[in-house]
Amino acid sequence: MDVEELAHLRRARDLLDREYARPLDVPAMSRAALMSTAHFSRRFREAYGETPYGYLQTRRVERAMALLRRGDLSVTEVCFEVGSTSLGSFTSTFTRLVGKPPGAYRVGDHAELAPIPPCVAKAWTRPSRNGEARAAGAA
Amino acid sequence: MEKRGPPELHRVAGMPLSITHTPVYCLDLDEALAFYTNRLGFEVRDDVTVGPTMRWLTVAAPGSDHRLLLAAIDHHVPPVDQDAMRELVAKGTLPVFLRVDDVDGVFESLRAAGTEILQEPIDQAYGLRDCGVRDPSGNHLRLGQPLTGSGLPGEDR
Repeated sequence: MDVEELAHLRRARDLLDREYARPLDVPAMSRAALMSTAHFSRRFREAYGETPYGYLQTRRVERAMALLRRGDLSVTEVCFEVGSTSLGSFTSTFTRLVGKPPGAYRVGDHAELAPIPPCVAKAWTRPSRNGEARAAGAA
Repeated sequence: MEKRGPPELHRVAGMPLSITHTPVYCLDLDEALAFYTNRLGFEVRDDVTVGPTMRWLTVAAPGSDHRLLLAAIDHHVPPVDQDAMRELVAKGTLPVFLRVDDVDGVFESLRAAGTEILQEPIDQAYGLRDCGVRDPSGNHLRLGQPLTGSGLPGEDR
């Protein structure tokens, strides 16, 4: 993929990283990237391994993990904080990607992550559609 | 067959050890140079043309010996890996971590200059107030300022 196209896709992904708590408008993002919606979603997936919507879900769950580790918000508060509008679908997406429900994750031991910069912790803890989730799903 | 133990470590007691150059891979060297000098305040330390294609361009913070090697992918990466490296850089994969003493001021000046913003300055649990921006190639720059009481080097007491 050429670097100009990748730069467009990167800006779209950066927007998702910043604006994850707002409703996702893939057509608007596609226009910003000067691509049709279908083409944009396909190329985004080729570059980053997930569709824009899948990336947004992953980002929300990753952000929810960080907030739950902090421990001062309830699962419901975290759900709305990260832009999810339904506690049921938030819980099922979280459980599918992380391998345990948000309530159980919240009370777990996260001491080993404390001294790590969040952008690194983010990369380490980012729920993977190919890793934990699949393993948990197969179990 | 005899089982081998771990390889022996050879250490020189008290040997001075420091980092001299850290590469930052760039898609466009002139853009990178303008960004790291004019916008961030790095100084050029070396700008040497080596042979027909290679430019050895380093910058460092005033008073520091730790240089960033602004490495054009065409110059510093073998041809077989250049496309892969360009993609990694353009996708925004590679990070650079910098310490500043006024993260809010630096951030505002970067934003005013049209720099791509990843994250506004916030106080982090690990003792830094930090922000995130992209350099012109797409590298992820983390700019951090130690929080008072963090005990981190450079903390403003």
